[in-house]
Amino acid sequence: MLSSVLLEASLTYGVAALGAGVAALAAGIGIGRIGGSALESIARQPEAVNDIRSSMILAAALVEGAAFFAMVIGLLVVLIIK
Amino acid sequence: MANKINTFKHFLLILTMLISSFASFASEPTDNEPNANSTVSNEKVEDKVHEEGGFNAGKMILEHVADNHSWHLFGHISISLPVIVKTDKGIEVFSSSHFGHEGEEQYKGANYTYALHEGNVVVIDSQLGGIDEVATSSLSDFSITKNVAAMLFSMLLMLWIFLSVAKSANKNRGKAPKGLQSWIEPLIVFVRDDVAKPSIGKNYERFMPFLLTVFFFIWINNLLGLIPIFPGGSNLTGSISVAMVLAAFTLLITFFVANKHYWRHVFAMPGVPIPVLIILTPIEILGLFLRPFVLMIRLFANITAGHIISLAFFSLIFIFGEMNVGLGLGVSVLSLVFTIFMGALELLVAFLQAYVFALLSAIYFGAAVDEGHDVNHHHDHETVSAH
Repeated sequence: MLSSVLLEASLTYGVAALGAGVAALAAGIGIGRIGGSALESIARQPEAVNDIRSSMILAAALVEGAAFFAMVIGLLVVLIIK
Repeated sequence: MANKINTFKHFLLILTMLISSFASFASEPTDNEPNANSTVSNEKVEDKVHEEGGFNAGKMILEHVADNHSWHLFGHISISLPVIVKTDKGIEVFSSSHFGHEGEEQYKGANYTYALHEGNVVVIDSQLGGIDEVATSSLSDFSITKNVAAMLFSMLLMLWIFLSVAKSANKNRGKAPKGLQSWIEPLIVFVRDDVAKPSIGKNYERFMPFLLTVFFFIWINNLLGLIPIFPGGSNLTGSISVAMVLAAFTLLITFFVANKHYWRHVFAMPGVPIPVLIILTPIEILGLFLRPFVLMIRLFANITAGHIISLAFFSLIFIFGEMNVGLGLGVSVLSLVFTIFMGALELLVAFLQAYVFALLSAIYFGAAVDEGHDVNHHHDHETVSAH
């Protein structure tokens, strides 16, 4: 009984960490694509660098927000199960 | 195409391996259930001893990130902050030093006996000695906690900065900026030209006071949070309640300035058939509240994550130092380098979060006051779709 409870807790930690990792992976892909296309478009049109930069930061922030949802949920799982 | 399928197969394979390793991990100890109990309880006792004697990184990090009733300076020295509680019998004010250094002592006030339980003030039942649930539920805590004290300090700092900048801006009208003014003025121009003007358009000036306030409040408090010594180091912008209030301002201002075009696009998107509207309108209404919610989560999680990372790098020194002093010394060099790198990154994040918060607020205001381009042409929804 006790061992199964403990195991469940450690499994929760593992799954929470895995969830945070997957979210970071997805956000990394997203932000990488944003940065890559921004670099490409700056190379094509260097005079538009300011507009591209601010749109890039905005898009990256939106992707990041989604990743932070996952992180906060992971934190909640760990802190509540504790 | 074949290449893509191949990659997908690999991905599936890795995923299956991951999941199956979890499954085997879960099922392993159930095979010897009778013996498992004793070994596990032994381990638990050892864990407890380790927690009491040794260094607990998780506990340390969470204590530093969370709000507190005293402001820890260094070693065993901390500033006691006033505790203000309102119960059903009235308001009581006393110093948090009555709770002792570790918050383990009880304080006998005029109405009740108070104690700290997991960082919260609770009422102690004088007869039984436990927590008095009924009286605790009536208790509201208005204490000057660490975050409140840090916010009061940053308010004084910002008042000093901006009053002196305003004074010198008046004096140097038409001339080159001087002193502190030459630091703040480019930032104000940046918020005006890169945040407010492109996202709000004409009439941007009525939103400038809020955008500037929120930008500088977040930025200066982020910077103060990065300073490890007093009066910095509190996790103010990384506290979810502060982030919530800031996001709530954005929500309320959007509601108050929104014109009929905005509400029409929310409740009955023009040119959309009614069956689709039944699905679309709830989503749009949810979106109204989701946007400030994401603003809140983004600020809170970004700043808290920054604090946790730098504290975790420092914890590495003590974790390895417990194994071996030499190992701790060796790791300290590495962790210092990492902390400096993360600190530089956090300086960027501190600015970026203030910028993003102001920019997204400006975009929401811009969508709310957008007049629409043509009354007969209703399919221009770009400005509304930014979540």
